[in-house]
Amino acid sequence: MGQITLQGVHKSFGQLEIIKDANLDIENGSFVVFVGPSGCGKTTLLRLIAGLEDVTGGQILIDGQNVVNVPPAKRGLSMVFQSYALYPHMSVRGNIAFGLKMAGLPRPEINRKVEAAAATLNLTPYLDRKPRELSGGQRQRVAIGRAIVREPKAFLFDEPLSNLDAALRVQMRMEVTRLQKQLATTAVYVTHDQVEAMTMADRIVVLNAGRVEQYGSPLELYERPANLFVAGFIGSPKMNFVAGPPASQHGAATIGIRPEHLRIAPAAEGAGEGWPGTVSVAEHLGSDTFLYVDAGALGLLTVRGIGEIHLRGGDRVRLSPDPARMHRFDKDGMAIRQ
Amino acid sequence: MARRVTVRRMVVSTVAAWFFGGLIFFPILWMVLTSFKTELEAFTIPPSFLFFEWTTENYATVQSRSDYFLHALNSVIIAGGSTVIAALIAVPAAWSMAFAPTRRTKDILLWMLSTKMMPAVGVLVPIYLLFKNLGLLDTRSGLVAILCLGNLPIVVWMLFTYFKEIPRDILEAARMDGATIRRELVYVLLPMAIPGIASTLLLNLILAWNEAFWTLNLSTSKAAPLTVFIASYSSPEGLFWAKLSAASTMAIAPILVLGWFCQRQLVRGLTFGAVK
Repeated sequence: MGQITLQGVHKSFGQLEIIKDANLDIENGSFVVFVGPSGCGKTTLLRLIAGLEDVTGGQILIDGQNVVNVPPAKRGLSMVFQSYALYPHMSVRGNIAFGLKMAGLPRPEINRKVEAAAATLNLTPYLDRKPRELSGGQRQRVAIGRAIVREPKAFLFDEPLSNLDAALRVQMRMEVTRLQKQLATTAVYVTHDQVEAMTMADRIVVLNAGRVEQYGSPLELYERPANLFVAGFIGSPKMNFVAGPPASQHGAATIGIRPEHLRIAPAAEGAGEGWPGTVSVAEHLGSDTFLYVDAGALGLLTVRGIGEIHLRGGDRVRLSPDPARMHRFDKDGMAIRQ
Repeated sequence: MARRVTVRRMVVSTVAAWFFGGLIFFPILWMVLTSFKTELEAFTIPPSFLFFEWTTENYATVQSRSDYFLHALNSVIIAGGSTVIAALIAVPAAWSMAFAPTRRTKDILLWMLSTKMMPAVGVLVPIYLLFKNLGLLDTRSGLVAILCLGNLPIVVWMLFTYFKEIPRDILEAARMDGATIRRELVYVLLPMAIPGIASTLLLNLILAWNEAFWTLNLSTSKAAPLTVFIASYSSPEGLFWAKLSAASTMAIAPILVLGWFCQRQLVRGLTFGAVK
């Protein structure tokens, strides 16, 4: 079991308030990702759950028990650190076994569990090596092995993939997700990479300046962002925001249109309809075309087209938003629901 | 682009390295050679390099005139004692400064180091009077105390930089793994810190062994370490270069042997933080 509930959690360092009233319900077995820009408090929130920091106020419940005064080791959680934090003087076996050794398990049982964990992570040939003799991906696996071998109530991941190169990151992303589903253990995962968040999470917590902006499934955040921040943060390329008269036409202070929901047409045809503009930069990726269109008073708008679109810098175009996929926000930046 | 290593460059740098190495080592070599000359030969101008009458007479004279082993024992006790006590104080101090720093930690470190900025002779009179009134003159315990206090700032600084290099994450990982403070110390911190502690203490031992200002001023015979033993062969009785050299050779021999065996640790200790 690994049900984690945060009730009115506050955290201040001196005068500085890092976490402002966090309320969350993390269901047993789910994969929850904390995402947000750097400095938003996502790592602090994870460390509060881990017990590596003390809360200033509020409660953290694990399976219904308030753990704010329980030391980290007794919370039954295990953590994978960004730096891996392997014990450099111990072999891979020693690293994975350390937690079990501290728990006082008998040696044969430790060996059995360590070998099972190593087999799951393809680490068996490296059991007797030191961390410095391993590649980055292998070290990452050892760190994960150390976490799974203790059969915790929940895994806590603190940006575990950010030190890996792009290809390895995609591969480890899948491995971590697969492993979590296979073990059916609750996972809380911190990242600043929204692609990681979208691909791995069952539910995402978007944090900004110590506040939970929205908590929902990846598609919920994409389709129904609660406010301007979430709308701008989730989705790549970023959502276009247009304020002023075009927005008031739709009864909003600001309207948001995702780059993939803007139709683009050469300026000649259908004159008068849509927003006129000039292509300033065109990026041709083959599978997609990203166009950065200077739309005068509306600013620079991004358009994403599927496949190849034969437009170049300097071409005059017209952009028309898909009204069904338009997001409307009031003057406080909150989403207006129909 | 990597620089090409040509044969000529290899030869030049090898020769230069040996030349400068020889230059630095020459005074020690000269001292050892002189210790095997007669007093007369030691004064000869031009000096003879290797072709003189070799004699061990100086060593015999030195041993008969003063008690080498007493002074050597004093050196061991004073250098060893001050190192052990410095370690007992500095390890916990540096530890807490590295792992539980407060707003004042930086200031305290600087203040400690600032005590080394004053020339020792500036406090000679007050320290001498303190020693006199406390009955510590010419006692081993007095010298242990003063050398320990003198080297403590450097020991704390060095240990602090070592401990700082131990990533916090690893300690937190150990806490998550269920290690108690004691087990965290024994299984995780100590194994990672031991090379740093060892090289710091080794350096401290060498500094204390060779310390000559306080030992010369605060001891005369009973507690006098090898530095005093060497000094007794210089000025007052006239210049006995051969005997002085013999005494010096005997005094540096133990520490030279120790340094030779620990040179890897020492180099790591001295360059720690500068190169990673």
